[in-house]
Amino acid sequence: MKLSREEVLHIALLARLGLTETEVARLGEQLSNILENFEALQQVDTEDIPPTAQSIALQNVTKDDEVTASLPPSQILANAPKKEKNFFRVRAVLE
Amino acid sequence: MTMHQLTIHEAHELLKAKQLSSVELTKASLGRIHQVEPEVRALVTITDELALKQAQKADELIAAGDISPLTGIPVLIKDNMCTKGTKTTCSSKMLENFVPPYNATVVEKLNACSVVIIGKANMDEFAMGSSTENSALFTTHNPWDLSRVPGGSSGGSAAAVAASETIYALGSDTGGSIRQPAGFCSVTGLKPTYGRVSRYGLVAFASSLDQIGPLTQDVTDCALVLNAIAGYDPRDSTSVPYPTPDYTQCLTANIKGLHIGVPKEYFVEGMQTEVATAMRAAINKLEELGATIDWEVSLPHTPYALAVYYIIAPSEASANLARYDGVKYGYSCQDADSMWEAMEKTRQHGFGAEVKRRIMLGTYALSAGYYDAYYLKAQKVRTLIRQEFDQAFEKFDALVTPTSPTVPFKIGERVDDPLQMYLSDVCTLPINIAGVPAISIPAGFANGLPIGMQIIGKPFSEETILKIAHAYQQATDWHKKKPEI
Repeated sequence: MKLSREEVLHIALLARLGLTETEVARLGEQLSNILENFEALQQVDTEDIPPTAQSIALQNVTKDDEVTASLPPSQILANAPKKEKNFFRVRAVLE
Repeated sequence: MTMHQLTIHEAHELLKAKQLSSVELTKASLGRIHQVEPEVRALVTITDELALKQAQKADELIAAGDISPLTGIPVLIKDNMCTKGTKTTCSSKMLENFVPPYNATVVEKLNACSVVIIGKANMDEFAMGSSTENSALFTTHNPWDLSRVPGGSSGGSAAAVAASETIYALGSDTGGSIRQPAGFCSVTGLKPTYGRVSRYGLVAFASSLDQIGPLTQDVTDCALVLNAIAGYDPRDSTSVPYPTPDYTQCLTANIKGLHIGVPKEYFVEGMQTEVATAMRAAINKLEELGATIDWEVSLPHTPYALAVYYIIAPSEASANLARYDGVKYGYSCQDADSMWEAMEKTRQHGFGAEVKRRIMLGTYALSAGYYDAYYLKAQKVRTLIRQEFDQAFEKFDALVTPTSPTVPFKIGERVDDPLQMYLSDVCTLPINIAGVPAISIPAGFANGLPIGMQIIGKPFSEETILKIAHAYQQATDWHKKKPEI
């Protein structure tokens, strides 16, 4: 299992992760090596075995629809790189 | 015995008897931090002003007769748990200047006990790593040998407890991140059952595996801290609505009649002889103390745990870390022409190499065409690993293994080989996959380097493993040894 340069770039795009040329080459090699090691998993017979998403028996935990106190906008916005009035300032999505 | 080396229970007795004040104790810990920190480098932030304020308040409470087992005692918090008004960096450039507007539930719970928070502990970036070498800030050094790693990802927490910079610490454990550094630094570290401790305010890495727990000097302290942090939290829907026992009640030192299994798959190829030898001696000690040992237990799917973990954890991480987009908080690259470019550059410069590697690995495992072969397959093998533990626990009260196949390795030794690094967690990963509780306690030394023993229990049977660990510590003194620093 050898990841091509195109595959690495495709995954990076899905993850919205900018990579330098050096990183593309290094990650391609390292991920190929790791995935090759994980091939062994395919030998395990998992016919009729259900997947486990989490290890405890809780399911569909719901809570009452009650209004509770939340943080004031000033505190929520305190870490914002860019803000305007009570909003996060973002770049244009459609140009 | 100097003040900063006191255990929680020793300090508590002195505070209660008014032979020691919280301010004195806090100053002793802070003094010790300033003395050894240039060499150990376990703390990202030292909160000395806050600590002294909290200590004064604790002294007032104690004077008024209001004292809990943790009141006025210094604690260090791993830097992935939100502390209101104090930076929470995850040892990442991405969150280098992030100041949370709220406290994690565990921090609230400790504050309710009037503890003294002396700082935030270094870690591998976003808890991804086994040595703290992935910290974007600096590497922590093992107090037993400064040229070696303290383990990770809670390496700062473990090293600080070992070096007596704090009385105890909190860590988080996704694949061994409390237990492996506890083993490497010769301290006591517990990963509770998944769901036992609220994850609210813990910066998410792999949500189905993450769990917060204590790093302490002995098992009694571990039980005291678990008493304070365990319990249902409506803000974490995966925390369980079960009652929480008083974990100190099980510390009787009597383990006669308990059945303990030793799974042979954990004595892996590449395990150091000294580790295997120390482990046999430690298990023989448990037998001497009255436990029945079965040396021939088999958990045949163990060898697949590494692959299962390194598919599931990065997959969950790739989803969790999608939130770092440079818009709401954290590092934000402004030097870009478009929204997408800004996001890609923010993530390129904000994340370190290991975080990028895991985001890529996880994104790949979840992507169209590979989901079934990797992510779904891993989830199915996860079921088999869990079932094996369930079956073993029909016969045994606990399982015992080494915490790590080796003693602490040299700084720099494994950084260029991610797979080699991943292997240092080979004995701890299966426990998170199954969601069961496990504790690492000091079990000897090889050429002056610590060796840890891992005791694994059934879901929500923390009492059983604490009891066994306590009995072992009553009969040995490995946990009392301190590094010469």
